[in-house]
Amino acid sequence: MPRDLRIWLGGGFILLLIVCALAAPLIAPADPLEQDLMLTTMAPGQEPGYYLGTDSLGRDVLSRLIYASRVALTVAFVAATLACLLGTMLGLAAGYLGGWWDRVISRLIDIWMAFPPVLLSILLVAVLGSGLHSVIAAIVVIDWTRFARVVRAEAQQQARLEYAEAATALGMGRGAILFREILPNVLPVVLVLLSLEMGIAVIVEAILSFVGLSVSTDTPTWGGMIAEGRQIIYQAWWVLVFPLVTLFLTVLAFNQLGDGLRQWLDPMLKR
Amino acid sequence: MSASTILSRALSAIVTLLGVMVIVFVLVRVVPGDPISMMIAPGASESDINALRARYGLDLPVWQQFLVWFGQVLHGNFGTSISLKQNVMTIILERLPATLELAALALAMALVWGTFIALVSTHLQGTWAQRFIDNFNGVMLAVPDFIWGLTFVLVLGVLVPLLPISGRSDPTIDAGLYTQFYLIEGLLRLKLAFVWDVLKHMILPACTMSFPLAAVIGRVLKNTMMDVMVQDYIVLARIKGLSSLRILLQEALRNAAVPALALTGVQFTFLIGGTVITERIFSYPGIGNLAIDAVINRDLPLIQGLVLTFGVIFIAVNMAVDAMTAWLNPRLRHA
Repeated sequence: MPRDLRIWLGGGFILLLIVCALAAPLIAPADPLEQDLMLTTMAPGQEPGYYLGTDSLGRDVLSRLIYASRVALTVAFVAATLACLLGTMLGLAAGYLGGWWDRVISRLIDIWMAFPPVLLSILLVAVLGSGLHSVIAAIVVIDWTRFARVVRAEAQQQARLEYAEAATALGMGRGAILFREILPNVLPVVLVLLSLEMGIAVIVEAILSFVGLSVSTDTPTWGGMIAEGRQIIYQAWWVLVFPLVTLFLTVLAFNQLGDGLRQWLDPMLKR
Repeated sequence: MSASTILSRALSAIVTLLGVMVIVFVLVRVVPGDPISMMIAPGASESDINALRARYGLDLPVWQQFLVWFGQVLHGNFGTSISLKQNVMTIILERLPATLELAALALAMALVWGTFIALVSTHLQGTWAQRFIDNFNGVMLAVPDFIWGLTFVLVLGVLVPLLPISGRSDPTIDAGLYTQFYLIEGLLRLKLAFVWDVLKHMILPACTMSFPLAAVIGRVLKNTMMDVMVQDYIVLARIKGLSSLRILLQEALRNAAVPALALTGVQFTFLIGGTVITERIFSYPGIGNLAIDAVINRDLPLIQGLVLTFGVIFIAVNMAVDAMTAWLNPRLRHA
């Protein structure tokens, strides 16, 4: 059992979010889309039943917050996992197979990283149009290099160790060594990166929905709520504050979980 | 740097730029969703649509479109913006100074703030204050600019309304400027009230962009300075009786500056990328804000112009950083 508090706090918060997202209809006090134009921009506690107030269309902020965790977590898990799979595969191939594979993949990573992420995401969203699929595609296309770079270096190092040589001497095939010997030893690093990447994905999704390039505006998102709160900030600060704080805590949770895992899984740092 | 190094750097920059151009052109041409269909009035006839298509050159074969486009781009002609119905180059040149001034201010703030953090933290090494500063820096490092910006809006714009949170200057002040470089021209012509107003509008977005960079600079500079502080020549300086502040500034900082500066250059491109979202948060009229509108409106000519503009800026920054690192580090000067 890890004794690091960061793992428990970070992981606990994320678990709480997952429960919120899955059980949103049970937890949320109101329908996140239901408008009540008689009760617009009510401050928290001003009207019974609306714990975190209402927005400019009289929708319940707390319920929208809860429902919005669905989009955030979907993007976090799907985009980060896909980026992880793509990056890890290419990184393993480059690091373990070496030679021609390594030359091509390393060159690709270099070129990719020379291209500023902002330009790439502007272009991608312009081409694919706005929507959840473009958000996910943008994250995968931009961030696979984070995994590929680290996994390549790690696999290269592992391949030089005695156990890999022993496996070769025993007559194991390259594919078997790659997946049964190298991969399990690279996995801890990948897990750490995955957690950090999920935090990045949550932010990217929030930014894109903030500027109106993510899901359509009738699906509640933290970024969309923040954008609305920015518009009416002088009348209703709570529409901005609650999603902003939630976003911050979520990113922090993924970060802390990642950092905690890094120390827990690395036997060198643990001592 | 020797002439051949400069030449090969310039060549590789040109190749990169060409690559960006081809990617931009190809990506934008495969766009699903016809920009023309968004422009036509309901009930337009087939010939009206074709006329419009021809006007934007969308009826030619793709390779011809590329050659025409390439020639035009070399002449600085990016065509007409579909959403703003104006020459793309004119629009960009009008907005670019705002972004350049903001990025420059943010970079300056990041350098000053990051160096300050590193100096104080190194000076106080081993005290509770140093641990506090380092932990605070760690938080700064983890918080993305998007969250900084909105927090500033909330705290300094609304809760304690000290600073304006949107626009570039007070629209009621007419400074009668000739250029869009508000800050530079205002300073040169000594319109100090106007400069103060422009600066007030720039502080929060510049802080937003500079905080993550300042945190990186602070951490790297501090780590390098800690390495330097145990070197023999520092010990010698101590024995010679130089004051610790003088050692810190004259010996440690000077020798730790090179790696920190090289890193700053790499990170500066991220800062420029950060203009896109920061300008949006503060309704700041620069090219980043423009880029988001262009994507929302699917304004292809404008997107192309903006992406190439950003590309040129990124390449220019990289070359400047290369040159500066080489100049500061004598071992690289002849490499």
